[in-house]
Amino acid sequence: MAGVTLNKVVKDYGKLEVIHGIDLEVHSGEFLVLVGPSGCGKSTLLRMIAGLEEISDGTIAIGDRIVNDLPAARRNLSMVFQSYALYPHMSVRKNLAFGLSNLKMPKDEIERRVSEAARVLQINELMDRKPRQLSGGQKQRVAIGRAIVREPELFLFDEPLSNLDAELRVQMRVELAGLYNRLGTTMIYVTHDQVEAMTMATRIVVLSKGYIEQVGTPHELYTRPQNTFVATFIGSPKMNMIEAVVRGGTVSVPDFGDIALGGGAPDGKITVGVRPEQFEIGSSGPITTQSEVTLVEYLGSEMYVHTRLPSGRIVMVKDAGKAEHKIGDKLPLSLIPEHAHYFDADNRRLPIFDA
Amino acid sequence: MRDYLQKYGAGYVFLTPWAIGFLGLALGPILASLYLSFTQYDIINAPEWVGLENYEYMFSFDTRFYKSLQVTFAFVFLSVPAKLIFALGVAMVLDKGIRAIGIYRALFYLPSILGGSIAVAILWRQLFNQDGVVNAALGLFGIEGPYWLSDPRYSLYTLVVLAVWQFGSPMLIFLAGLRAIPQDLYEAAEIDAASKPRQFFAITLPLLAPVIFFNLVLQMIEAFKTFTGAFVISGGTGAPLDSLLFFTVYLYNEAFSFFRMGYASALAWVLLIIIAIFTAIAFYSSRYWVHYENERG
Repeated sequence: MAGVTLNKVVKDYGKLEVIHGIDLEVHSGEFLVLVGPSGCGKSTLLRMIAGLEEISDGTIAIGDRIVNDLPAARRNLSMVFQSYALYPHMSVRKNLAFGLSNLKMPKDEIERRVSEAARVLQINELMDRKPRQLSGGQKQRVAIGRAIVREPELFLFDEPLSNLDAELRVQMRVELAGLYNRLGTTMIYVTHDQVEAMTMATRIVVLSKGYIEQVGTPHELYTRPQNTFVATFIGSPKMNMIEAVVRGGTVSVPDFGDIALGGGAPDGKITVGVRPEQFEIGSSGPITTQSEVTLVEYLGSEMYVHTRLPSGRIVMVKDAGKAEHKIGDKLPLSLIPEHAHYFDADNRRLPIFDA
Repeated sequence: MRDYLQKYGAGYVFLTPWAIGFLGLALGPILASLYLSFTQYDIINAPEWVGLENYEYMFSFDTRFYKSLQVTFAFVFLSVPAKLIFALGVAMVLDKGIRAIGIYRALFYLPSILGGSIAVAILWRQLFNQDGVVNAALGLFGIEGPYWLSDPRYSLYTLVVLAVWQFGSPMLIFLAGLRAIPQDLYEAAEIDAASKPRQFFAITLPLLAPVIFFNLVLQMIEAFKTFTGAFVISGGTGAPLDSLLFFTVYLYNEAFSFFRMGYASALAWVLLIIIAIFTAIAFYSSRYWVHYENERG
């Protein structure tokens, strides 16, 4: 097991800089997820750690060894690719053994590790098949198998589940989490899917346009997003963002009313963020408004209600599945100041009510 | 019938040029030559049926037939692998993504367009002549070049070099094949600690096998049929000492120098059968070394 340390890591392609000096400490044994929209640099970052992409500036260390000039093969890591990248002309067994035989490992040791991986991943009956004879989920298992036979210090995953259908993705997510719990090896996992990130990570790194937006546990990211990007990226459905103005320590939230913020907020523009479950239905809260239901998304155990405030703004509100709402209904809403998030004009979090 | 003609008549009219070409210029002559191979025929007099006599003579008494087979086989076995290896090498260099790759591709393909022509064969003769450019160049280094074309020890090799020089078309096909191999397999291999040579033998070659097979069959058939270069350089006779007596050159001589059309037809059919056998062997062996990505298992 090894941690990974990124120090002012930069990647550019000629004049185009895509990673802008990233500092990041990946702790030994953690499941770190890099998440962000496409083009945010998460895969590039992973490939730089893997040694598939050169580092333009800064250093990357695995354990206490700087690996900038070390070829991928000597970084003692395994990688699972989005496309699986199984060797199409080799049987599953050979796919698993290929890396080990390149390392000139004794035959019986290769045999032991391959059959151990086959047992763990339940692919015993597939060992003599070629990749084209496997389903997507089976290919995924073999790709993971190829990674674990190396018994590396570090696992890298590049969007490994994005080619699977929804049901299989959920199943593989559980299996990967189980694998992590059993092996305890450091894992760095890239995804654009914030649900994958939230469910598997011990810590999440949110990236945008080559910068780190926030690093934290799933809980920290959800409850204390440090800026509007993280606030809207993490959590599904999205947080409702309401622009408002602060004057003399009091914010006037359109449709709702005034909230006293104390000294924490300078005068000027502010964004008030409220997750769908953070509204209260009813008019018992400190500031309230009346709204009209425009759409209901019923999910069984819960429902999401799109509702129009007097100003015309539409917000999304979560309610229990047993509630009854229909389009056109009047819906009173309350906003609890302590539950909301506040972001300044530069989209940074204001630590109001965070204590 | 009337309805049918009305519906499909136009189709048949459009087919006619092809049908005339195929029946008149391909199938007709093929069947005619099969018939002629059982006759004695000197173009002037009517063909005279002789049964298997042409074939009996060929296999029992004709030493030049065996000599021409030997020359042709030697040429095929030398030139085809050499050409394919050279073509693959160039394709791999071009695949690395060089600037102005289009220009290089065109330049490298040029010999293949020119290669089969009389003009290039004549040029080749000039280059490799006793006092040609090649020997003049060797002379600068104090090496006295051999008689490339008139010494039977070297003449065939000179033709092999001419054939390898026409590597353009297999090279382009290899280049397309290399481009089709997913890059992430090489990345996976990189992480799997495979050295560059290991990547070449364990990934590139097996995944290129269908393309190699295609090129092999095409180039083999091409090599068996080689004619122009050998004919021009040997002055139409297979000289020196029959060292350039390619099967096709011998066949041409029998047909158009000695007007033994019947015998020449028999030779042509033997060549056809030889090519068919080797193609069949190639196809049969491909089961063991060619992997197809989308094959059903």
